[in-house]
Amino acid sequence: MHISNGPLLRITFSILAMALLASLPILISNAQMLASSALREIPPAQQQSDAPTSTYPPPAQQRAGLNIVVLDPAHGGTDPGARGAQGIRESDLVLDLTLQVRRALEAQGFQVLQTRSGNENPSFDDRSTLANAQRGAVFITLHISSTGLPGTARVYTMPDSSAVVAAGGILSWDHAQAPYVSLSRKFADAVQGQLAQRFKGSPNNSQTAAIRQLRTTAAPAIAVEICSVSVQDRADLDRMMPSVGDAIARGVAAFRPSYVLPGETSLRP
Amino acid sequence: MSWNWRTWILVALGIAVVVAAIYFPVLRRRVKTTAKIPQPTEEQARRELTQAVAQSPLDPVVKAKIFWISSEDESALAPVNVQLALSRDPVLRAKQVINTLLAGPVDSDLRTLPADAALLAFYLLPDGTTVADFSEALATSTPSGIQSEQLAVNSIARTLEANVPQVKRLKLLIHGQEVDTLAGHVDLTQFFIVDSKAKLQGAVTPDLPAGLAAKSALPASDTVTNPSPAIESQR
Repeated sequence: MHISNGPLLRITFSILAMALLASLPILISNAQMLASSALREIPPAQQQSDAPTSTYPPPAQQRAGLNIVVLDPAHGGTDPGARGAQGIRESDLVLDLTLQVRRALEAQGFQVLQTRSGNENPSFDDRSTLANAQRGAVFITLHISSTGLPGTARVYTMPDSSAVVAAGGILSWDHAQAPYVSLSRKFADAVQGQLAQRFKGSPNNSQTAAIRQLRTTAAPAIAVEICSVSVQDRADLDRMMPSVGDAIARGVAAFRPSYVLPGETSLRP
Repeated sequence: MSWNWRTWILVALGIAVVVAAIYFPVLRRRVKTTAKIPQPTEEQARRELTQAVAQSPLDPVVKAKIFWISSEDESALAPVNVQLALSRDPVLRAKQVINTLLAGPVDSDLRTLPADAALLAFYLLPDGTTVADFSEALATSTPSGIQSEQLAVNSIARTLEANVPQVKRLKLLIHGQEVDTLAGHVDLTQFFIVDSKAKLQGAVTPDLPAGLAAKSALPASDTVTNPSPAIESQR
């Protein structure tokens, strides 16, 4: 019996084409997953060279000592952070605060990098990656609290951690901050001292808190939290911002001579 | 199929459409009514099962130290002595003090944990590791912020430390799950070291603002501002 190949081939090709079209989204999502997992396995410095420059600028030219400040406006995107009366959102306020801090730091001669400039929400790890890829950098995450005495500011560092550097100096990504805790504390005290001079009611010394963002940052890292979104008028917070910027910039400058990094450690993601 | 059969089918379909159109508003009303009847959630069911902590008349009445926000400084914790009949069993005892902490102080402004949060489960391992499982309200109703979240965690750790000496390390879960942060800031993926007496005594250094320190009526060592429990890697 003779069966014409024409219709059979057309049907086969049609089925194959439909199957290919149906599996296209799955193939694309698998490719994306592979790409993201590959990125996590690459040491951060290498990620920088491969990542698009619009997201992560390349490591700054290496010079001895502290030259770079990575500013992290917390939250963003779908995460508004603390919310106050009259629709005040922490994620918006910290962007304005970052601008003021950036100006003051650049006036002091520091190079400034930001983890975000618009209303997006990079992951904790993505934010740390930017700082971890730099040499001669410090990291400052900026927050506005929900509670607390309005008009005051507090600086936090990570508490002591039991994480230890493994043989060969390899440090787990999840505990990248561990070797920098004492340096971070010096840095925090320098900034807190400046803030206490400007904002009555602020403590004289920095405090410790297990802050998720700081844990994976391999650099002297602090969190600065301004009180609070509970103010009646947003202008009260806006008025604080230039002074906060100036205090942070002076604190960074005061910390500069103490910036001696612990022994070389390579990060294991 | 004959023309008659087709006509019958069309008529039947037409009737079905009319009946559906009549029934649809009734169905909508029923759905709305059902939605209004509060259905017990899985979490509520768990609360009912786990929250009742049996108190025995043989339990000795002791002065339990519960840590709420200090009336002198809203960034610090202060212990409040509360007369409680506490069980000798460490798990029951831990549940009793945490439930008292959750119930809050007389002045509700000084509470550290949200009023709608509940302790769902509490486990104590022989090595002193404890797991406290709270309802989702702990994460959703705690005000977002480093200070407020740290005060919440510290109040649980300090209250356990003061009343249940068997507790050495604390892990916090939300509705049975490990979460990244409490409300966006404080890391809940790690264990908090609870039994660190030497470290805590060293760290109980009230860091009150100059103006408030002079006014503080509390002895210095009773106000706990800064010391967050040390954290321990679990990885």
